[in-house]
Amino acid sequence: MTQGISTGSLVDAPKVAAPDTPVARRPSRRGLVGYLYVLPAFVVFAVFLGVPFLQTFQYSFFDWDGLSYATWAGLSNYVDVLTDARLRAAFGHALVLMIFYAAVPIVLALLLTALISRAHKLRGMSVYRTVLFLPQVIASTVVATIWVSIYSGDGLLNAGLRLVGLGDLARVWLGDYSTALIAIGFVGTWVNAGLCLVLFLSGVGNIDPALFEAARLDGAGAAREFFAITLPSLRGQIAVALTLTIVSALKTFDLVYVTTSGGPGNATTVPAFEAYNRAFNTGQVGSGAAVAIALTAVIMVATALIGRLQPKDAA
Amino acid sequence: MIHLRKSFLAVVALVSLAACAPGPAAPAADQQLGPVSTNVGTEPITLTVWDQNTDPGINDAQEQLNAAFHAKYPNVTINRVSRSFADLKTTLKLALSSDEPPDVVQANQGYPDMGAFVKAGYLRPLNDYADLYGWTGYYPPGLLALNSFSPDGKTWQGDNLYGVSQTGELVGLYYNKAVLAKAGVTTPPTTVAELTDAMAKVKAAGALPLSYGDVEKSPGIHLYGFVLTALAGQQVVNDLITSKSGAWTDAQQVQAAQVITDWVGNGYVTPGANGVSRDQAVASFGNGEAAFLITGTWYQATLEAAAAAKDIGFTALVPNGAATPQTMGGEGLAWALTTKTKHPDAAAAYVDFITDEQAAQALVKTGNLPAVVPADPAPAPGTLAGDISGAYKTISQADGISPYLDYATPTFYDTLTAAAQDLVGGHQSPQQFTQTLQDDYAAFGASGR
Repeated sequence: MTQGISTGSLVDAPKVAAPDTPVARRPSRRGLVGYLYVLPAFVVFAVFLGVPFLQTFQYSFFDWDGLSYATWAGLSNYVDVLTDARLRAAFGHALVLMIFYAAVPIVLALLLTALISRAHKLRGMSVYRTVLFLPQVIASTVVATIWVSIYSGDGLLNAGLRLVGLGDLARVWLGDYSTALIAIGFVGTWVNAGLCLVLFLSGVGNIDPALFEAARLDGAGAAREFFAITLPSLRGQIAVALTLTIVSALKTFDLVYVTTSGGPGNATTVPAFEAYNRAFNTGQVGSGAAVAIALTAVIMVATALIGRLQPKDAA
Repeated sequence: MIHLRKSFLAVVALVSLAACAPGPAAPAADQQLGPVSTNVGTEPITLTVWDQNTDPGINDAQEQLNAAFHAKYPNVTINRVSRSFADLKTTLKLALSSDEPPDVVQANQGYPDMGAFVKAGYLRPLNDYADLYGWTGYYPPGLLALNSFSPDGKTWQGDNLYGVSQTGELVGLYYNKAVLAKAGVTTPPTTVAELTDAMAKVKAAGALPLSYGDVEKSPGIHLYGFVLTALAGQQVVNDLITSKSGAWTDAQQVQAAQVITDWVGNGYVTPGANGVSRDQAVASFGNGEAAFLITGTWYQATLEAAAAAKDIGFTALVPNGAATPQTMGGEGLAWALTTKTKHPDAAAAYVDFITDEQAAQALVKTGNLPAVVPADPAPAPGTLAGDISGAYKTISQADGISPYLDYATPTFYDTLTAAAQDLVGGHQSPQQFTQTLQDDYAAFGASGR
């Protein structure tokens, strides 16, 4: 059984850099030349990512309005991240979004994969794939604008509800405290489901058809086939899908910025929005930087944890 | 062990990096100002000017004024950089702190922008030019005060003038005469109590009293600021925002929030307003679907072009014990000179040129409200433009304009806009709402700015 190329390279990357791999232990001529090859990429990385990152880290220890002299703040900006109710809520909202950005799309995509992989002779299969992948291709500000109109008072969603006699449920979805965050989350579901589906379908394509034949000869039904063959074979793809979707949930900014600006009240603020808002609107550059660093740390931990799901043979 | 030592070194490196502070090393020293003159000389000069006049009417006016200025002073070329208000707010800080900042910028009033710029020493005090060009006599004192700070940027409405404004603004009550007449209301309301009564009648007649949308979050400032000034009066609001006296939890502040809560509770306001956009709210009022709209004079041109335009009037409310209406508003962003400009005389001549009486006449002709309304040409009475310029003239000359509430602290815009959604959405009681504002206000006071 072979894994998709994209799966391998994504998850392998950190291992190569780790100091205790054989290559790094042996300071041979070949190793040094290897570093030369990596050098251009490393320089670009250091200049455009490393330096700004260190700068952000530096800012996070100051009280600074972005203009006048900064004063040393010690760890107080980080203490705020843990104690400020609004910032804690922002991280909480990101956790809720993770369900809609990661869990729901993956389950949905698995279901669709099970259906589609059995009906692979369906006519116009590529059309379905394209349509389902389309949300990924549209710029997220456009996605947000589309959904703002769908969710509005006389938008498509409410019109649909009225049409089927559920007019009582109609509301301004993005302006309602109980639904705004979920409404944003559902947009994430809509966007990410296609990505997961395409990943899983390519994974299914890599499974040896003989396995399915053997299972069918042994009398396995559709469900049994899915749980015994498809799902275990997709472990690598699922890990990749989880990484991408969870990171996108944690990093959410554009959807919130365009649809609600964190409202109503502060019901839909997320860490990335808070970092931006503090750095550029409210003159709290230090606090914004601390939120950004904390968010980066959370994302790194999440990615490392998901890496453990990766099947050993893919490494 | 190797791991430990490496991470220890990394931590040391990061901490030593963190120890050097970003931004200027120390508070800005007193600025040395040279002698000033109205003479711009004959040498070729390029002035870089950042403005936020991007809306069609005001953009036309700005282009005309820039062309006229260049015709009068052919040696001065204007390099215009025009940004929307929101973009200006986020990028001006970076431009000002660069090595070659613009010569003239439009700075928003209050602590978040102008105060921060003054504190960092980026704006040039203009008292000398104000005497030279007679700005002190031309503008009502209240308007000049809004553009003034103490030299350290810590006290708003202080001794130093940092800019003058081109346009005037009022947040007022737009009303639809036809919708009101159907509900049996023949004269526009003059107090908050009369407004609430009129809303009740409109509601009883089956129409929507107040068209309101706040998904962008900023309209909440206008709604609360309008009601607060109409109840408490200009003086109380001004003293509160400039940190002279008062608290957001005082009786009238809570009462203003209560009025809004009651309006929402009685169904006088657009349902689900937190999810309705401001433009939608203005559009449905413009179509004659509501009796009232509380927003700024910057919607004049939009409403003059609306379907129900002929029925629309504009007014402001009179607080208890006041002789004339008072409301929130003020003036457009202040045109300010940067400290590092190499041509202060030419820059000041430009600022004077685009804000003087002739400029005001050009503004009226392009459908804008100038900071000081000229006697000629004056908009015709009975029209929306006439209502607006009449109200502005009366109110600004009586110093009846209270400043925008978000000027109060650097974070107040953020705090107030979210809290206003909570208030209208029924998520916070009037007491909780005012307490939220007071917490932000008190923290700013305690920080010593």
